[in-house]
Amino acid sequence: MTARPTPRPAGGRIMGDPGPTGRFGSFGGRFVPESLVPACLELEAAFRSAWADPAFRAELAAILHHYGGRPTPVTECARLSAELGVRVLLKREDLAHTGSHKLNNVVGQGLLARRMGKHRLIAETGAGQHGVATATAAALLGMECVVYMGEVDTRRQELNVFRMELLGAEVRAVTSGSRTLKDAVNEALRAWVADVADTHYCLGSVMGPHPYPWMVREFQRVIGEEARGQCRELLGGSDPDVVVACAGGGSNAAGIFAGFADDSDAGLVAVEAAGGAALTAGIPGVLHGMRSALLQDEAGQILEAESISAGLDYPGIGPEHAHLAELGRARYVAAGDGAVLDAFQLLARTEGILPALESAHAVAWVVAAAASGELAPGTTVLINLSGRGDKDVAQVRDLLRGRR
Amino acid sequence: MTGARAPGTLEAALRARRDAGHKLLVPYLTGGMDDGWLLALEALAGAGADAIEVGIPFSDPMIDGPTVQEASLRALGRGTTPDGVLADLSRVDVGVPLVVMTYYNVVYRAGHERLAGLLHASGVTGAIIPDLPLEETGPWAAAADPADVATVLLVAPSTPEDRIGAVCARSRGFVYAVGRMGVTGEQTELAASAREVAARVRAATDLPVCVGIGVSTPEQAATVCQVADGVVVGSALVRRLLEGAGPEGAAEFVGSLRRALDAG
Ligand SMILES: Cc1ncc(COP(=O)(O)O)c(C=O)c1O
Repeated sequence: MTARPTPRPAGGRIMGDPGPTGRFGSFGGRFVPESLVPACLELEAAFRSAWADPAFRAELAAILHHYGGRPTPVTECARLSAELGVRVLLKREDLAHTGSHKLNNVVGQGLLARRMGKHRLIAETGAGQHGVATATAAALLGMECVVYMGEVDTRRQELNVFRMELLGAEVRAVTSGSRTLKDAVNEALRAWVADVADTHYCLGSVMGPHPYPWMVREFQRVIGEEARGQCRELLGGSDPDVVVACAGGGSNAAGIFAGFADDSDAGLVAVEAAGGAALTAGIPGVLHGMRSALLQDEAGQILEAESISAGLDYPGIGPEHAHLAELGRARYVAAGDGAVLDAFQLLARTEGILPALESAHAVAWVVAAAASGELAPGTTVLINLSGRGDKDVAQVRDLLRGRR
Repeated sequence: MTGARAPGTLEAALRARRDAGHKLLVPYLTGGMDDGWLLALEALAGAGADAIEVGIPFSDPMIDGPTVQEASLRALGRGTTPDGVLADLSRVDVGVPLVVMTYYNVVYRAGHERLAGLLHASGVTGAIIPDLPLEETGPWAAAADPADVATVLLVAPSTPEDRIGAVCARSRGFVYAVGRMGVTGEQTELAASAREVAARVRAATDLPVCVGIGVSTPEQAATVCQVADGVVVGSALVRRLLEGAGPEGAAEFVGSLRRALDAG
């Protein structure tokens, strides 16, 4: 990858405050029914006030440290680097409590909900990671929790349903539409309309109506800020050449990018699932409260994403990513299921780390780009390892058996 | 307040009915939901509808409950498209104003100007786009206003007082007062919020005010019209059509709503 001059919007930071209309360039916005507009406005005001309040930030940081295990380390991958010919570093979000970066966001939103006087959290989930994280935050903060999950996913991820129930949450199977993640978001939004007075919708990624894309990115910014400092220490004061993350809705990518987008020349690469590549195969549209890139047909009907990783099975992507793509500040690429399975095994074999299938997309792109020479030998690459693969072991076993 | 603006076609038609002492009855059905939907549409007009709301189906109808979701899925399963619904509408003249209801992605994908032109050419006088709130209305309204397609905005029970005026000022045709905090769907009882929101909107505008979402029976319609100018009735009708009531059954139900409103 060659370094390119960094475009900067006049007067602002690239990953800054999207303002009262929640715009990232022409993307974002607040496309929700009138019933939800006041709740979105209230949430934005509450987040602005909390985020400017040192006491709120201190409480969040303390929980993420003492309970969540932050800061997560950056691991130098000697054996994988030798195999690929590029220097690979991993930001270890897999070591955070509940096994992924999702905890950063849910603790932030849980504290914010409490600050707003709401005692009940609802959430959507695909694979179950965000549902488990939300159920965890609800247990920690003593709140009620209901998780909406597509009926298809409740069957694919039975164990995570049980995990959520153990954590005291109620899981409601969604039987509308395609019965997967996008329908779980629809159903959570529908439920929020009915219970908005006492319920906070704890959205799981940098998507949805303003202020969610911005707020969730800010709650995930801790990944990028930690990683920036850790890399400087490891690399003698330099930044990595390239920062790579997988993207479904795009929250772990936005979190790590936020540490580098504005005042570093590090290249930024987000890897979508080939079957859900909104920024490779999608076109601009409006869904779930935001204008962004979406998989859709010529009449504007939303198409279903398809991937081995349920966490990336989403036909859209957060609006800030559409903007970063338009600016050319980040690149959006895709990895297919086969390459992802190979990368999953490679990381396990060379480094003793089982990545989440989602995170394995980022590894897969690095493997391919190192092989093709797109990443020149000796390039330093920081991969956001967004989660651990324990949840995926049974699925990977079945897929590998099917391969043989 | 609408000020000096000349009322468009939809507003003029509804005002004329209201000024003549009628309560406004606006039934909803999903375009393309079955082979006979155009016959049902004509039957609604014959049974006393003052305007008809026609849904253009969308894959992800976020503010709709199970009944309209089912009708939307059936319509999409039959290959229904926005252009197809509008082509069908352009072939009928039911004698009352037609208003489409759809989601913003359908509008955005079709193109604001192209869709506004198509609506006008198909004889449609208004559009309800529930996921396009006041702040996001500008680009669509800039295309719809000159095409004489009235953009009907919604006021919800959660809308604060200082916002109601702004929503009403930008609404065209009528103001859609959302009867309850929730999605579309039949309710055994009328929520207290239905009359409350109608009263708050009435106090803020001279435009006709119709209450929809959660109005399911002739009794509920009559009750809410003690305060509102009219009602939108969707799921209760769509359920009957899904169950195979056909144009006759649709007309019978809408006739019962009409009689309840006329009896006051
Ligand atoms: C480990 C992991 N990584 C990534 C994702 C995708 O979400 P996002 O793109 O918001 O980071 C998920 C979602 O379930 C996940 O569990």
